[in-house]
Order: sequence, then structure tokens, then C-alpha cells
Amino acid sequence: MMTRLEGEAGGDDDMAIDAADDVPEGFNPNYLKLYYGKLFPYPEIFKWMSYGNDGKHPGCDHTYFGRREFSFTLENDIYLRFQSFNSSSELESSIKEKCPFKIDIGPVYTVDPAKRHAYAKSGDNVFSPVERELIFDIDMTDYDDIRYCCSGADVCLDCWPLMTIAIKVIDTSLRDDFGFNHILWAYSGRRGVHCWVCDLRARRLTNEQRGAIADYFRVYKGNENNRKKVSLGQVLHPFLVRSYNEVLETFFEERLLPVQKLLETEERFENVLQMIPDESVASDLRGRWQDHKRSSNVKEDINIVRWQQLKHLLKSGKHKGLRRCIEEIVFSHTYPRIDIEVSKHMNHLLKAPFCVHPKTGRVCVPIDPDHCEEFDPTAVPTLSSLLRELNMGGSVADNENGWEGTSLSKSIRFFRSSFLQPLLKACKEEIEASYNTKLQQSKNSLSW
Amino acid sequence: MEVVPTQRKSAVPDATPALPLYRFAPQLEVRLEDFELFAIDRLRVLKGISDALSRGKRPDEMENLVLGLWKANMRHQDSSRVVEKDIISHFVLRLVYCRTEDLRKWFLSMETTLFRYRFRLLSASAQRLIMGELDLPYNAVSSGEFENVKDKLNQVARSSVSSGPSSHAGKADTLFFKVPFEEVPELVAGRKVFIQKGFAYVAMHQVVSVVVTQFRSLLSKALVLTNRKWTSIIREQEKDRLTPIVEALSSSYIGPDYSQPEQYSEMSLREIDKVAASSFPLCMRHLFEKLREDHHLKHGGRMQLGLFLKGAGLKLDDALAFWKAEFSRKVGAERFDKEYAYSIRHNYGKEGKRTDYTPYSCQRIILSTPGVGDHHGCPYRYFSDENLRAALGKMGVGSQIMEDVMDKVRNRHYQLACTLTFESIHGSSCDAGINHPNQYFKDSEKILQAKNDSKA
Repeated sequence: MMTRLEGEAGGDDDMAIDAADDVPEGFNPNYLKLYYGKLFPYPEIFKWMSYGNDGKHPGCDHTYFGRREFSFTLENDIYLRFQSFNSSSELESSIKEKCPFKIDIGPVYTVDPAKRHAYAKSGDNVFSPVERELIFDIDMTDYDDIRYCCSGADVCLDCWPLMTIAIKVIDTSLRDDFGFNHILWAYSGRRGVHCWVCDLRARRLTNEQRGAIADYFRVYKGNENNRKKVSLGQVLHPFLVRSYNEVLETFFEERLLPVQKLLETEERFENVLQMIPDESVASDLRGRWQDHKRSSNVKEDINIVRWQQLKHLLKSGKHKGLRRCIEEIVFSHTYPRIDIEVSKHMNHLLKAPFCVHPKTGRVCVPIDPDHCEEFDPTAVPTLSSLLRELNMGGSVADNENGWEGTSLSKSIRFFRSSFLQPLLKACKEEIEASYNTKLQQSKNSLSW
Repeated sequence: MEVVPTQRKSAVPDATPALPLYRFAPQLEVRLEDFELFAIDRLRVLKGISDALSRGKRPDEMENLVLGLWKANMRHQDSSRVVEKDIISHFVLRLVYCRTEDLRKWFLSMETTLFRYRFRLLSASAQRLIMGELDLPYNAVSSGEFENVKDKLNQVARSSVSSGPSSHAGKADTLFFKVPFEEVPELVAGRKVFIQKGFAYVAMHQVVSVVVTQFRSLLSKALVLTNRKWTSIIREQEKDRLTPIVEALSSSYIGPDYSQPEQYSEMSLREIDKVAASSFPLCMRHLFEKLREDHHLKHGGRMQLGLFLKGAGLKLDDALAFWKAEFSRKVGAERFDKEYAYSIRHNYGKEGKRTDYTPYSCQRIILSTPGVGDHHGCPYRYFSDENLRAALGKMGVGSQIMEDVMDKVRNRHYQLACTLTFESIHGSSCDAGINHPNQYFKDSEKILQAKNDSKA
């Protein structure tokens, strides 16, 4: 129904959407169709998912892409699992035809998922996952107990720093501790972030190893009903020390504390006081704060003032255990809360980057971890803004990408240069090396 | 491995470490008797471990338990043959336990646990030998590199201080290995190692984790291969010799058989009611009460109770008198003599030759299927919830323990339920668990005797 007009002002008013700024906000299947028609980066997704196997080298496995599971969620929540495609054009035409509201990516299986019923569940001839990226899903609703600006599905610039912190902590650890290099972070489209670790080593991790990494990142011992309980020992593991010193402490004191006003009202400071195991210390602070005693220095933010008071009291306490309490408060307000189940299982599906979120119309664009503090979820390209840009732009030649000249261009270029190119270079080297090794082995076994 | 009938064995392969890895079937000759006997001894160890695990024993308790079980069962009078017995028994049990998924899972789990605790008890140099054998992808950390990461390693060691009694905190480890983090998922998960660029720095005392994972993986693959060989070649080839032994071993009860009651145990008829109330397990108590009530028991019940009483020390004459006294009230003395006395005498080995007159083990009783009018079988399995609670209440089981018992029953751990009952009534723990009604009886009498002695 919607068409792109070239320099045309009038036209058939009933059918066409003429003026560019008349594109309503939000989401609509027709807009989505246009998005899939002109903007979705099929070649990039195909190249990514092929991991170099679409090349001509004899070591390339041409069945690789076809063994990857995709799943589509259509309008009216119709869910199609175990979709697979043998080429980029198959992927493209299926998406254009079905116009899925959501595209999820699953693992690479032993065989083409479409043929899975022919295979047994155990024994030799199985249908089971063989490769899958190491993935993480961080969702803002898991932080509802410590953010006061929004709750539920909303996200704003006051609480978004929590995601920034999560990215910094986890990204650093994945690279420095685990030695991974090919990591993609993407906005989930509404209230969180996704992480895709694509190194070969990561793709081959077993469920047990994935669970181990997820547990390495786990700091909360509480369950959903209790206040998130953090209990750190006397001495912290170097990973936690680094996270605290390089990221958590500063963010907490400079961004979160004043922005979320964590100590400003009685209800809020009570939540923090409850985390102090020594009742005498807690009452002391409670007493001072309830009286609204302020020093003459009115300029300084009251939350920061109170925090300094709290720190001072805890550090000078006779209880050695109380010193750790400061870290515990900081951790429980800032440390990443990941969904362990998502990371633990090879067959867990995750939304593909560059999808459009049906509730917000926002595109799930990549996030640069090195500049994640600049990322603004409210300024991300949306379906309607992109279509407006398309309307206003000139004609696009056939061999150019449809997204050139739109605000999606920046994200896709970033995806290509920062993530895809280095990844594919590494994949090529791996394929060649593995092929040469096999060749050598078979030569050895033939020799007498 | 060659199995030969009753000939002397040949040389043990040299350089076998104190803790074998069982990677290759040994080139040994085994006597047919040893084939079965060695396996049974090892099975006792594995079943002991299984019991302990399902009762939630802590690691430090397990260490002692495993050592004890091993010492008690895996000795050999010829000390040079101890290692041989270890290896042979393992490989025989592989044949036994490779045959289904469930059996493989159980065997893998018990053998890994056994290996874990035996490994922990080895000296550092013996442990290093095994790591070498396994070609573990570890490299000792060079002194240069060690200097760089020393502080971080220290931090990690101190951060693990609060972990359980089995931690070696406080010992400043200076020997570390660099291992790809994938090799030590447990240590990574618990943040018990320093990780850098994909490598975990594993302390010597943590090496157990790495080694055990390897052991488990090797054995798991081996079991699948063994199963294939078994199904395709061995089972048929050995159908007259080893196969029947192998098939019997996986379901065997391996405790004492109580067929010859000890010379000092004697059950007197005068005291039988008292003793039934105080020391019979529920299954026998129930049969006994029903016998007193109905003056009759059907065949299954007569066998189960009759053999139990024999194992408990009831002499033949007393047994005849006992059963006659009850049955004649229902069917008359003459019919008793004609129809029932023979089989009682038979149970005591006085008539003909029967293949089985040993008192039934729990395993066997649990497997039996009582029909209408029967009262034998295992009450933990067959009684309704209500009836079971009532019966246990009458026996004196406290309400808190009652819930634990019912929970075990729900999870089909009937013997554990009986063990809990025993413990509740006698006020003392039964570490070995109940495996045989006569064991219950014997242990009960022992405890009550001790109580009486201390009072006197």
C-alpha cells in the first residue's frame, strides 16, 4: 500500500502516503514489508551465519548455512520453528514473503533442521546442535527493584546506564579473561541488550561450559522474590575487583546515585540501609537522614553527601565485615543481571540483529562496546523514521544497498567493519588451517 | 583379557600405577571363579558409594567411606595381585553395566566418584604421573609468568577461603598449571581459578577436577564401545560361560545371605511376639500380624516370613510348632501335617534339594508382586499412603521422620524409607542402609541388647 514517490507531491491521495512527515510513528506490517523489501541487510546476515563456508576453498562446508535454525514469529503470534535455508536468496525471499514480526536465530545442527524427523534422538544418527554462538541476554526489567525512573517495559536515559555498565563489565571479561575476540552487542529493541560471542571456540562450547561461564558471571544468590542478594567474601576474585574498580564504583557514585536519587527519600534510603548487617550503624544513619539535617553546603547533591557519610561510617567500623558492605551495596545496584538460562543451552533461540521491535518500531542495531556510554536507545532508527528517510531520498540504483543514505547506514557499516570483516578473516584462516591439518593427517596414515 | 578355567594366572603388566586408568583391557589370564568374585567385591564398593551418595554424604565423609569400602573389599591375600584385582574387576563390571543407558549412567557415576576420592588420596607425585598419562593439555606455569600473575593467583586463593572443609586454603600453592578454561568448567563456575586470555591457572590441589573430568569422559566413551562389542560378539560367543554370570551380576544382592544363622542367634518361641514388635522390619511385622489374625498365610507370605524366621534363628522344631499352632486353628492339625509341614522342613534343607532356601533380600521382596489376599512384598511399595502412615505410627515413627519416610517412598527409595524407619525407632543411625530384613532384625537386636547391657 505504501509506495515511494519520486519527486511527486500529489497523486492519488486516498492510496498513497505523500508527505514524508506524515508517516505515523510506531509499527505496522506494511511498513515492515517495506523494511524487509529495501532495508534489511540480507547479505551481511548471510555472510555472518556462513562463517566463511560460502567460499570456494575446498575446506568450506557448503551444508553449514543450511543446517542453521531460524525461527519466524508471524503476525498473530504464529510461530514457525526450524526454518532453514540453503542460500542467501532463499533466506531473503522467505523473509520478504512471510514478513516475520520477529526473526530468531538458533544453533547449527548436525543436519538440516527441515529434515530432523528422519533422525533419532540418541545413538549414532542424531539431530542435535553442533555449533552455537555464546549468547547473553540482559533485560532492564530484571533491574526493576533498583530503578525508580521507569519500570516494566520502559527505558529512559536515567536507567540506561545500567546497560552500559553491563556491557562494559561483560565485554571486558569475555575478551581479557576468556580470550574471545569476535563479540557483537545489539540493542534488543526495547529494554535490553544481547551479546553474541562468535569465536569458533565459543561456538563449540558444550552446555556445561556455557553454564560455567554464566556462573562465573553470577553474583546474585537471591531468587526472584527476595531482594537481589549479593554476598561477597572478604577477598574478591580479580574479575570482581577489576569490575568494581574500573566500572561499577564510578558509575554508581557519579551516575546512578544522583540520577536515581537512591538516598533522597526515606523509602529509598531504607532499601539501602537494610543491606547493612549492623543495626547500630543503620540506625545511626537513619537518625541523621530522617531529620533532614543538611550541611550548609547546599550545592552538593544530597545523595552523594549521604553516600559519603555511609562510606565513612562503614569504613571506620570495628567490624571488618562491614567494609565489604560498601561493595555489596554497589554490586547489588549495578552488577550485570544476566538471564542464565539463555546462555546455558545450545538450543536457545535469540532475536536476530536488525529486526524491528513490534512494540517500539525500533531497529535492533549493534552497539559499539568501546563507546557504549554514548548509545541512546531513544535515538535509534525506527521503522517510521527510516521510511521517512527513504521517501525523501533520491532513487537508489539497483546495485546499491537500499539502506545507503539512511540512518541505518551507520549501523550496518559498523557491523561490517568492526565485527563481520575481522570475523570472516579469522574464519577463513581457521578453515584453511583445519583443511591443511586433515590433509596432513591423511597423508600420514597412508604412509607405510 | 583371557578367561580361563582354574589355571594359574600369568604376569601382571609392569609400570601399573597405584590408581589405574582402565584405558586398555589388560593382557591377563583370569580364572573363571575370580571373574565373578572380583566383580562382586568391586560391586560392593560401588553399591556402598551409591547408598552414601543418595543419603547425601558430604565430601569429607565420602573420602573416609570410600577408603573404608576399598580396604574392606578389594584386598587380596597375595598382595602382588591387588592391582590385578582392581583392573579385572573394573573390566568385568564394564561388561555387566554397558548393556543399557541406565546401567551405563549408574556405573559411570559410581566409578567416577570412586576414582575422584582415590585420586584425592594420592601423593602429589603420583597425581602428576596420572596427569602425564592422560596427556592433559596443561603446561606448568613458568617462573617468569608466575611472577606476573602471582598477586592475582593469591587473590583467588584467598577468595576461596570460605569454601567447604575440603578446601586447601592457607597453603600457598606455588605449582600451577595453565589449562584451557574449557577443561575446568567447575572451577570456572565457582570463580575458583584466575582466568586470562582463555587459560585458567589451576592450582595443584585443584587438578583433581581436571583429571576426574578426563576420566569420566574416557570411561563414558569406552562403555559405549564395550556395549557394541558385547551385543555384536561377546554375548553370543560366551553364552554358555560368561554371559550368564554377567547377566546375573547386575541384579545381584551382595550382602550376607543369612541362610546359615549364626550360632549365637536363636529365636525362642516364647519371645516371638515381643521380638516381632520390637525388631521385625515392617514387611515381616505385617505378615506376622496377619498370620496371628487370620491363622493363615498364602504361599508367598509363608515363604517370605518362613525363611526370614529361619535366618533369624528359629529352629526347625520350633518353626513347625509355630506354624502348626496358627494353621491348625484354620485348617486343622491333620491338614497342616499333610499339606504344609513338608515345605517347612524343605526350607530348612530337610527334604529333597531345593535351589533356593535363603531368606529373601529387600531387592527380591520389592520386586515381588502380591495379589489379592497376599500380604507379602514390600509395604513401602504396596501400602496406600494412609495405611503406611498408620502402620509406621504404630511402630513408633515420629511425625517429622514420617514425612521424610513418605518422601522417600514417593521417590521409590523403599529401602531408604525402611532405613529411616529403623533409625527413628531405634534412635541410632544405620549407615549401611537396610538391604535385608534379617540385617534389620540382627541390627535391631544388637542395639536393644546393648541398651539392656548398659542398663544392667
